[in-house]
Amino acid sequence: MPAPTDPTPRLAEYAHPERLVTTDWLAEHLDDAGLVVVESDEDVLLYETGHIPGAVKIDWHTDLLQPVERDYLDGAGFADLLASRGISRDTTIVLYGDKNNWWAAYTAWVFTLFGHEDVRLLDGGRNLWVAEGRELTTDVSSPARGDYPVVERDDTTFRAFKEDVLAHLGTGPLVDIRSPQEYTGERLHIPDYPEEGVLRGGHIPTARNVPWATAVSSDGTYKPRAELEAIYREGGLGIEADDSVITYCRIGERSSHTWFALKYLLGIEDVRNYDGSWTEWGNAVRVPIAAGTEAGQVPGAKATAQAA
Amino acid sequence: MTDAPTLPDALAEIREEFLDLPERERLQLLLEFSRELPALPERYESAPGLLERVEECQSPVRAFAEVTDGVVHFYASAPEEAPTTRGFASILAQGLSGLTTQQVLDVPEDFPLMIGLTRAVSPLRLNGMAGMLTRAKRQVREQLAA
Repeated sequence: MPAPTDPTPRLAEYAHPERLVTTDWLAEHLDDAGLVVVESDEDVLLYETGHIPGAVKIDWHTDLLQPVERDYLDGAGFADLLASRGISRDTTIVLYGDKNNWWAAYTAWVFTLFGHEDVRLLDGGRNLWVAEGRELTTDVSSPARGDYPVVERDDTTFRAFKEDVLAHLGTGPLVDIRSPQEYTGERLHIPDYPEEGVLRGGHIPTARNVPWATAVSSDGTYKPRAELEAIYREGGLGIEADDSVITYCRIGERSSHTWFALKYLLGIEDVRNYDGSWTEWGNAVRVPIAAGTEAGQVPGAKATAQAA
Repeated sequence: MTDAPTLPDALAEIREEFLDLPERERLQLLLEFSRELPALPERYESAPGLLERVEECQSPVRAFAEVTDGVVHFYASAPEEAPTTRGFASILAQGLSGLTTQQVLDVPEDFPLMIGLTRAVSPLRLNGMAGMLTRAKRQVREQLAA
């Protein structure tokens, strides 16, 4: 049985209000049977310093990714992970985390690849919960094991690979949610920092730059629907409801945050996240790259026009 | 792991402390380190600009390796909501402070990978500590050259 939808009017405006919960709602529903709160942070120790009572931790590096290949865990691994956190297939999952829910959104996206039905985000994330002075605990939750089936990951509906992005160029919107300096290619890596290993700077041709933070208000909650529409749809990026959209960043975490907004808050049906993102594209041989502020051309399009 | 390069005593002790623990408990030790990050001396407290900002896609940390009479002190400050970064900074503050400039320059670049956190924390995150160490060495070199 899914938990009830948060009836907050602000959320009701979104295409899928059942995908977000407010801090008020969560505080009231913490003890609901069939609801599990999951914290996913960039900082691997933050949960240990204090977390929402009853919340379990899932870390993107150590839990969701495979230790050797650059990919996510498989169906058996996922079933084991979720069961170990007291989650069953019909559990309502509420995710929250640091950094405006980047990693929580990323975890939500990975859960979606495995088709978990009821995945919600705590609007405003960990910051808002803490800022409101709500309860935190260091008690480690040890939930009874859940009953989770082995489900094969769906890598086509919500996930895009490099080849998919190449095929997508010129057919639909591509949203680069990195900082403007990363988009233009001005910034490749942080000065003096061990390089994360990206060889080339710039962006995927035709991508438009809308930094992820554009989607949030000052308290870290998603902006109201009308404001999001103005950014991503008519008057902004011009995304149409039936467009096929791909989002990307460096490794796919910040773009999960935008993926979530496009898919569930604006109700755009076909949105995929390219998790290879710039750390793959900027290293790949013979893929087209656009530098500077212009979105750039679909490769080959210009030549064809000239030939015609 | 038997032929590990010679480390200065403090760093060697820190390394042993971590390696003596089962992998899952090493995070708790890192958390303890994060709580022990020494407060900044007054002169940095009042002028945080003196500390170099280490920017990364992770949390902001300010750090500086100060050389006085040939002895290094490592100071750092990082937000409470970045305990991992605080833990890394604290390890370096405890491990580097009091060393000679040459001892600091001789610390292996891959020290962060020697303390058994690769799986519990992940190599990408350990880059954060490697970055702080690299910078500390550069700051020492700059002061020696000045």
